[in-house]
Amino acid sequence: MSTPVLDKVEAESAASPYITVTMRIRRFNPEISAESVWQDFLVEMDPKERVLDALHKIKWEQDGTLTFRRSCAHGICGSDAMRINGKNRLACKTLIKDLNPEKPILVEAIKGLTVLKDLVVDMEPFFQAYRDVMPFLVTKGNEPTRERLQSDVDRARFDDTTKCILCAACTSSCPVFWNDGQYFGPAAIVNAHRFIFDSRDEAGEQRLEILNDRDGVWRCRTTFNCTDACPRGIEVTKAIQEVKRALITRRF
Amino acid sequence: MKIHKYDTVIVGAGGAGMRAAIEATKRSRTAVLTKLYPTRSHTGAAQGGMAAALANVEEDNWEWHTFDTIKGGDYLVDQDAAEILAKEAIDSVLDLEKMGLPFNRTPDGTIDQRRFGGHSRNHGEAPVRRACYAADRTGHMILQTLYQNCVKEGVEFFNEFYVLDQLLAEDPETGVKKSVGVVAYELATGEIHVFQAKAVIYASGGTGKFFKVTSNAHTLTGDGQAAVFRRGLPLEDMEFFQFHPTGIWRMGILLTEGARGEGGILRNKDGERFMEKYAPVMKDLASRDVVSRSIYTEIREGRGCGPEGDHVYLDLTHLPPEQLDAKLPDITEFARTYLGIEPYTDPIPIQPTAHYAMGGIPTNVEGEVLSDNTTVVPGLYAAGEVACVSVHGANRLGTNSLLDINVFGRRAGIAAAEYSAKADFVELPENPAERVLAQIEGLRESTGSERVADLRRELQECMDANVMVFRTEQTIKTAVDTIAELRARYKNVSVQDKGKRFNTDLLEAVELGNLLDLAEVMAISALARKESRGGHYREDYPTRDDVNFMRHTMAYREVDADGNDSVRLDYKPVVVTRYQPMERKY
Repeated sequence: MSTPVLDKVEAESAASPYITVTMRIRRFNPEISAESVWQDFLVEMDPKERVLDALHKIKWEQDGTLTFRRSCAHGICGSDAMRINGKNRLACKTLIKDLNPEKPILVEAIKGLTVLKDLVVDMEPFFQAYRDVMPFLVTKGNEPTRERLQSDVDRARFDDTTKCILCAACTSSCPVFWNDGQYFGPAAIVNAHRFIFDSRDEAGEQRLEILNDRDGVWRCRTTFNCTDACPRGIEVTKAIQEVKRALITRRF
Repeated sequence: MKIHKYDTVIVGAGGAGMRAAIEATKRSRTAVLTKLYPTRSHTGAAQGGMAAALANVEEDNWEWHTFDTIKGGDYLVDQDAAEILAKEAIDSVLDLEKMGLPFNRTPDGTIDQRRFGGHSRNHGEAPVRRACYAADRTGHMILQTLYQNCVKEGVEFFNEFYVLDQLLAEDPETGVKKSVGVVAYELATGEIHVFQAKAVIYASGGTGKFFKVTSNAHTLTGDGQAAVFRRGLPLEDMEFFQFHPTGIWRMGILLTEGARGEGGILRNKDGERFMEKYAPVMKDLASRDVVSRSIYTEIREGRGCGPEGDHVYLDLTHLPPEQLDAKLPDITEFARTYLGIEPYTDPIPIQPTAHYAMGGIPTNVEGEVLSDNTTVVPGLYAAGEVACVSVHGANRLGTNSLLDINVFGRRAGIAAAEYSAKADFVELPENPAERVLAQIEGLRESTGSERVADLRRELQECMDANVMVFRTEQTIKTAVDTIAELRARYKNVSVQDKGKRFNTDLLEAVELGNLLDLAEVMAISALARKESRGGHYREDYPTRDDVNFMRHTMAYREVDADGNDSVRLDYKPVVVTRYQPMERKY
C-alpha cells in the first residue's frame, strides 16, 4: 500500500461545509388536527450529514414535537424508513448531498400503513404479515448432536434474503400493497424465501401454500419498486419471482 | 393506569431478552417489554462473530478461551463465570444453528470460524480461529434468529413500552428486598402500566449514549441500570467502559474487529503498521483496550492522519475484493455510504469509539441480581450488557458479548421461570405508579428553561473529553463537577411536546435523566480507582495495582434526610479459581 497522504475527503472538510437546507415535513398529530399539513424548517447542514441528522436538528433545536422513530442511525435496525423526495429510504442512510439540497427536501411517512403521528406509522399489519409466513426454521426429527451441515453453495442460495432488517421500505413502496392491505407484501415474501431456499428447512411446501393464497405472491405485478427501495440492496423482486417459480415447479 | 399480571416479565428484547424469553415462555406465563420493536435492538449492530471453541478449523478448547477471557479482562473477571461462559459457548452456538442461524460454512459444511482480538492458541502463543460468524452481520442474524424463534414459541411482546421503575418490597422481619414488578410507560398512548410479576429479568442493554463518539444506538441510555439503582440496588464496575478501536472517524459507527481478523492493518500517517510496536505477537489483534490506547498514543505523538492528525487508517486495500465482498460486505458499504471511500483502494479513517459497558447490575452466574456483595434479590434477574456477572472484567474480548447474551440470557430465562413456578406474587404497594406518574407529569408540566438536547450535548462532550481512553484525577474531577452541575440543571428541564401520543420529546428527557445518573456513577467509580486496568487507564497511576484494586467496585445511591442523593462506593472480591494475575502482554 502507498503511504497515506491527505486524501480528498480530508481536503474537502477543511473549508466550512455548512449550507442551509429546507426540510419540508408532512406533519400529522390527531391530538391537534385530523388533517396533515406540510411544514418547512430551515436547517444548517453539512451536505455529508444524513437526513436523520437534519430531523434531529429540527427536533432538538426548533420543534421538540416532531416525531419519528430511529435507533442505530446507520441502517441496521430498520426504524427510520420514510418517504424522502417521494422515494422510500432510511433517513440514516440518506445523505443530504445525494438529494439536491438546493430544493426543499420532502419527508413524509411511508405509505400504506396508518400514520399515527408525523413520521410514525402503525407497524402491526406489517409484522403480522411477516408472522403469517412461518418465518422460522422447521425441521423434523433426526436432530444432529453437532451443527447441521450445509455446503457453501447451499448457504449462498438464500444469503441475499437473510439481510432483511424488516424496515418496511419495500412493502410500503408497493402499489399493490397501497391498494390492498391484505396482500402479504414484499418483506413477508422475502422472509419466506429465506427459509424456503434454506437446505436445512423442511416446511417449504407449507410456506408455498400460504403464499399461493389469493393475497399471496400472485398479486405481485413486478414493478421493482421494492427492489429500488430496499436499503440493504436485496433483490426483492427476484426473490418474489423465485418463490413464484417454486410454486409452479415445486422445486426449491 | 392498567395493571397486568405475569409470572415472568422481561425488560428488553435484544439478544439477551429474547434468548431468555424463549426459555421463560416454555416454562411460565411471560411478557417481554421493549421500548422499541424487538428487531430494532442493538444486538443487530454487532458484526464480527460469537466466540466458541468449536475447533472446526484448528485446534482449540474451552480452557484456552477461559484463559483469554480472564487475561483480556485484566484479571478483574470472576473466573468461575468465565469458565461457564467458555464451556457453554459451544452449545450456545450449536443451539443457534439449530434455531436456524445461517452461519458461514467451512468447505466441510461445518460452522466456519475466524480470528478475533485477544483470542489465542495455548495461552497467548498466536491468534486462533474461534469466532463463529455470518459475514459481518452476526449480530443481525442472531437478533433475527431469536425473534424468529420467539414468533415460533408465541412469545408475548409489549412493543414500545418503556420501563421506568422497578418495584421492590422489603420483608419487615428480614429486611430482604424482593422484586414485585415493574412500571412502564406506553409510548403510543402515554398510559402507565403496572406489571406485577413473580420474576423480572432486565435485559435492556448498555448506556453508551453518555459519550459523543459512540457505536451505540440513540436508544442505549442505561434505562435498566438506572431503574434498579434509584431503588437502592448497587451497580458494579461502572468505571470500565470499552472503547472499540475502529469506529468511523467522527461518527463512531462500528467497523468490526473482524476486518483485522480477515487481515486488515492499522496504519499511522507514515503508513507504519504501528501495532507491531505495542503488541509484537498479536499485533492488530491485541485486545481492544490495548489497541485503542495505541491509536491515541500515535495521535498524541503526532503520527495521526489528516490535517488535524486526529485519526488513523484501517487499511484493507491489500485484501482481495472478493474477500471483502464475501466476509465484510456491510462495513465496506458503511465506508462508501458515510465517507465516500472505496475500501478496495483507499484506507478508511478511524478512531476509537465508545462501545460497551463492562459494568452493570451485579448478578451471580444464574443471573440473580445482588443487593450487596452476596445477597440475592428474590425474583430479580439481569443478563447481557445491562448486567455484570462479571465475565468481562476490565475489558471485554470481541465476540464475547454475543456469547454472553446467549449463555446468560438462557440461564436467566430458565432460572427466572423456575423461580416463578414456585414463588407467589408479592403484593403491589398502594400506589405502585406513584413515582413514575410524578416523574412523567413533572417533566410534561415543567416550564423550566433548560433543554434536553443542550444538557445531553454538554454531558457527551464532557465524557468524551474527560473519561475516555486516557483519564487522570484532574480530568475525572472535572467530569464529576460538570455532571453534578448538569444534574442540577436537569431539574429545570422542560419539553415542548405536551401531548400523550408518541411523545418522544418526553422520552428523550427521561433517557437523559438516566444518562446523567449513570455518568455520575461512572465518574465517581473511576475517580476512586487509582490504578490502570483494562479499559480504565489512569495516566497518574499507569500500572495495575493488584494489592489494592483487584476487586470490583460496588456503587450505591444514598439519600440523606433532606432528599439529596450521593454515590457511596464499596468493593467486592474477584473470584479467582485457577489463574493468578500475570503481566498482560499481547
